[in-house]
Amino acid sequence: MNRMSWFNTVSLSLGFAFLYIPMVILVIFSFNESKLVTVWAGFSTKWYGELMQNEAFLNAAWVTIKVAVFSSTIATVLGTMAAYVMVRGGRFFGRTLFSGMIYAPLVMPEVITGLSLLLLFIGIGLDRGVLTIVLAHTTFSMCYVSVVVSSRLVTFDRSLEEAALDLGCSPAEAFRLVTLPIIAPAVISGWLLAFTLSLDDLVIASFTSGPAATTLPIKIFSAVRLGVSPEINALSTIMIAIVTVGVITTSLVTKHQMVRQKRDEQEAART
Amino acid sequence: MTLPVFEPWNDPEAKPLIEFQNVTKRFGDFTAIDDLTIGIYEREFFALLGPSGCGKTTLMRMLAGFETPTEGKIFLSGQDIAPVPPNKRAVNMMFQSYALFPHLSIWDNIAFGLKREGQSKAEIETRVSDMLRLTRLEKFARRKPHQISGGQRQRVALARSLAKAPKLLLLDEPLGALDKKLRQDTQFELMDIQEKTGTTFVIVTHDQEEAMTVASRVAVMDNGKIIQVATPADIYEAPNSTYVADFIGDVNLIEGTVKPTGDATYALHWREGAEPLTVKTATGFSDGQTAHLAIRPEKVTISAERPDGADNAVEGKVLDIAYLGNISTYHVELPSGVVIKAQTANTRRISRRAFTWEDTVWLSWTATAGVLLAD
Repeated sequence: MNRMSWFNTVSLSLGFAFLYIPMVILVIFSFNESKLVTVWAGFSTKWYGELMQNEAFLNAAWVTIKVAVFSSTIATVLGTMAAYVMVRGGRFFGRTLFSGMIYAPLVMPEVITGLSLLLLFIGIGLDRGVLTIVLAHTTFSMCYVSVVVSSRLVTFDRSLEEAALDLGCSPAEAFRLVTLPIIAPAVISGWLLAFTLSLDDLVIASFTSGPAATTLPIKIFSAVRLGVSPEINALSTIMIAIVTVGVITTSLVTKHQMVRQKRDEQEAART
Repeated sequence: MTLPVFEPWNDPEAKPLIEFQNVTKRFGDFTAIDDLTIGIYEREFFALLGPSGCGKTTLMRMLAGFETPTEGKIFLSGQDIAPVPPNKRAVNMMFQSYALFPHLSIWDNIAFGLKREGQSKAEIETRVSDMLRLTRLEKFARRKPHQISGGQRQRVALARSLAKAPKLLLLDEPLGALDKKLRQDTQFELMDIQEKTGTTFVIVTHDQEEAMTVASRVAVMDNGKIIQVATPADIYEAPNSTYVADFIGDVNLIEGTVKPTGDATYALHWREGAEPLTVKTATGFSDGQTAHLAIRPEKVTISAERPDGADNAVEGKVLDIAYLGNISTYHVELPSGVVIKAQTANTRRISRRAFTWEDTVWLSWTATAGVLLAD
């Protein structure tokens, strides 16, 4: 194997240092015995134990997961539909306007999105709680889903759908039996993206949450303002662990699929 | 004993399976199909041939139901099919890209249309295994489309479109993605399957050799219009226009003015001072009309001396030789600058070739070898 030049070694270490030193420190201090965050007093897992006793954090975690699951699911359905119309709808009145507007929330400052949603909910007299956060998260994550799904649909061979129609499918059956199974990976990654966006959203959630429902990011943020406690380090470490496991699983699955497909293709070439 | 000839288009009693009546299709300002009327008969293998953008694919997509005519009517077995959506038509299509469903096995691909029809499990089993046997794919039933070769995929696409036993099968450039050798084998396979199943086939192609090989009749299209519909032999030997003559195969076109010399014989004055060419044709031409003589290179004989008693003979110099192995095409330049192609079969080895570059040769052909075409 080639030895790396000193330049590459330095840039690699710098890059990783910038990315991971803060997280490594956080993880280390989550196992700190001391209540003081910055002073090391020996290894302990007691903060994890205390975290499990903390009703407020557990509630917030539960709310966050509920919101993420519901909002990403609704956003996936709506976003996929929007993407389908934009790619397949042909020319209809207001198409350009529609496609421009669907991506607008991507660049819209979150504060503005949050504020406008808050005004809307007050205007229609909707009490702020889990429902309003779900609606708000659906609103902003839908466009991400539609970007992911429409980029897949653009490369989708249209004749597959025509073949399905030709073989006796109604347009709805063609979508369910042919289009959806084929674009499923894009739909799933759209869902995962929406899920992650919802998990770590602070700004929009703080506008649209009520006293009855607080999400984890809001909880952490407000707790940190009163001082960083080792409990929060423990909580963050758990979140990092979950995300890491998720990312590794996804990449392993993808890699496995690629390897299998390559093997299949080689086999096909031989016969 | 005479073999029964399959020529329903010459039978005034026969009713066409498909009828286009004054069909026009416009996309915005662009006219893809221009006032087209044609009949296609049952059990025919009908080829639509033309350059890309001539409207042949649009014509086929209207039959499948993916496009509706702007004007005019299309009848399938006497029924106007304009309001019938593609999934309700007794028409199946084999797509240019094959459009195999990548997430389904070969077996499921073929069974797809049958399942939509709501047939019983046993019926589907039987039909799919029939189709697999017909296309020699039994071994691959459990594979996915990306696990088989291009030629096998093409056969799956064919099996899938035939599974529902359609009245009419549409083939959109079905062999475009195959290499030449495989394409030739598959052409015969297609003809074989068409005969076995008795299905009417309409094939779209830009490959004239393919159209000539497989089709019972060929329609040559250009700019949304059908220029000529005839059997492959008629299209080749008796084209009705210089466009068809030029599009199908190789041809020499000689322009001149016609002078009748009696009994369906005409003299073509093609160059000042040169001997007029003699042409025999049943088509009437008037004195002084301009026309093209279309003559195929293989009907032009090349010789070192002026042949005795030839109807037409011209002298020239060999400019170029295209050696294709089995045949050679000689490009012969006449003193006037006109280049005429003559083709000969290479019955001797190349080292014994009679003519070479710069040789003076004589080209000759009979009065009936060429076709005289009015402009």
